[in-house]
Amino acid sequence: MSPIMPEVKAVPNVSSGGAEPLPAGTDVPSTAVLSTRDLNVWYGISLALRDITIAIPRNQITALIGPSGCGKSTLLRCFNRMNDLIPSARMTGEITFEGLDLNSAETDPVSLRRRIGMVFQKPNPFPKSIYQNVAWGARINGYRGDMDELVERSLRRAALWDEVKDKLNKSGLDLSGGQQQRLCIARTLAVDPEVILMDEPCSALDPISTARVEDLMDDLKSEYTIVIVTHNMQQARRTSDMTACLMLDDGAQHGHRTGIIAEFSPTDRLFTNPKDPRTEAYITGRIG
Amino acid sequence: MSPSDAHFSPKASRRILGPVFGVACFLATMTGVVFLSILLGAVLRAASQGATLAETFDLLGRLARSTRSRDPDLAGFKAGIAGSLWLLGLVFALAIPVGVGAAVFLEEYMPPGRLRRVIQMNIANLAAVPSIVYGILGLAVFVRGLGSSRLAMGSALIAGGLTLALLVLPVVVIATQEALRTVPSSLRQAAMALGATKWQVIRDHVFPSALPGVLTGAILSLSRAIGETAPLLMVGAAATKVPTGLKDRFTALPVEIYKYASEANPKFQVVAAGGILLLLALLLTMNATAIIIRNRYGRSARG
Repeated sequence: MSPIMPEVKAVPNVSSGGAEPLPAGTDVPSTAVLSTRDLNVWYGISLALRDITIAIPRNQITALIGPSGCGKSTLLRCFNRMNDLIPSARMTGEITFEGLDLNSAETDPVSLRRRIGMVFQKPNPFPKSIYQNVAWGARINGYRGDMDELVERSLRRAALWDEVKDKLNKSGLDLSGGQQQRLCIARTLAVDPEVILMDEPCSALDPISTARVEDLMDDLKSEYTIVIVTHNMQQARRTSDMTACLMLDDGAQHGHRTGIIAEFSPTDRLFTNPKDPRTEAYITGRIG
Repeated sequence: MSPSDAHFSPKASRRILGPVFGVACFLATMTGVVFLSILLGAVLRAASQGATLAETFDLLGRLARSTRSRDPDLAGFKAGIAGSLWLLGLVFALAIPVGVGAAVFLEEYMPPGRLRRVIQMNIANLAAVPSIVYGILGLAVFVRGLGSSRLAMGSALIAGGLTLALLVLPVVVIATQEALRTVPSSLRQAAMALGATKWQVIRDHVFPSALPGVLTGAILSLSRAIGETAPLLMVGAAATKVPTGLKDRFTALPVEIYKYASEANPKFQVVAAGGILLLLALLLTMNATAIIIRNRYGRSARG
């Protein structure tokens, strides 16, 4: 399904702080799957995100961290145009996926969302059987292969097959929270996306289920590009290759909360040697 | 006594008020039950006139088989029952699809704003309009065709069906909207995020989840339609024969009950009471069927 990839525009300045070029080895510009440049997102007259410039590297895990209300989820939802569901939301600036202009009226959000999957904060399986949960997305997208095989493959890939193979006709709602979240991941994998967006996928899960999902993410990144929003800094540190720390803009209009990217660096460096004082304050727990 | 008890002195009444409130609510519940029992008892006694249960069933069977007559011993409700069943089918076929469609449009497609609020408010108001007004509307629009003889349907079954369908339409719309609103947005988002179109989301997720609520609305509105008398009197439901087609003149069970009850001969009171029992039986059968269907759908939506 993927078209031959057009030349992705180089994103020269990944850290919006401005100073830091990307370190050797991460090689972001040439392999960026998703990139934004001076992206602004508005809800009505309120500016939610300002001047977001970021490049999401292929086959890596990019974490978005930052205090509550700084627009991490909003940014995530720009990538699959889920903000379209909010009537007052609009965006300006550049945002591209494999060279495709996501902010263009010609870009069809429906076909885009098959290519960029999403896992939500609260596990939200369909009130249908486990089998139907996985098969539905493929079916409505006109999947023409062997459905049984696809369901099994997706559930195996999501490390859930062994737990559910004998009860595929049971309701997805009968599973535990952690299993439900892996079912949601399997459902996303079944439509063969290129990118998986995860919006705090573990915040409703216990530590053991969280560990399983994190293992799974690590396993999946060889085939998929993953962007994860998390409140849990340890989780960002454990799982991600790159981390973007978002902050509230101190200069925002009074009464409005505007998010900006304080720093976007390889995760090791962001946590051990943050360049931005606000990032440092956040990761050491002094703000947020 | 712990040291902090000094700071708290709860009112003694708080332990009494709970049970008092509970008893008050129980009495409120009983009001309905008691009056329904009185009504049922009175009607049963009026119909049976002291006869045994078997004899009462015989009477009801006879009433259901014979048509309207000036002789209380020959009078029955066959035409009314047939007319009511026809009307039921017509209202189901006309009001449910239109009402559900309108609700889906308002909830799923129409952007929120002033226009939607205005439409919403008008539908809520329509639900409160007295049924006799719908009767006048039906008489003017359907029976007389707004004065055009080509559009006029006369006092035909279809005119009655359309009038009742209009009458229950707001109820169907409002109940369906309520049902659609209970579908969690997380379900819609999950489906959208897989690359589904709005139509696919509504067809496969929103609608099945809302179906039990939609069916409840349908049951309520059909029950209302089958009990309505005033609008049918207005559109001229006064036939004495069983209708065979949409253009036939018709009558309905509550209309016949009303007519028998206003006869001077006291023997007709028995006939009217029997008619009430038949109407109640029809209503209960209908509701029971609908509840069974709803429960079955409710289960399969989960499985």
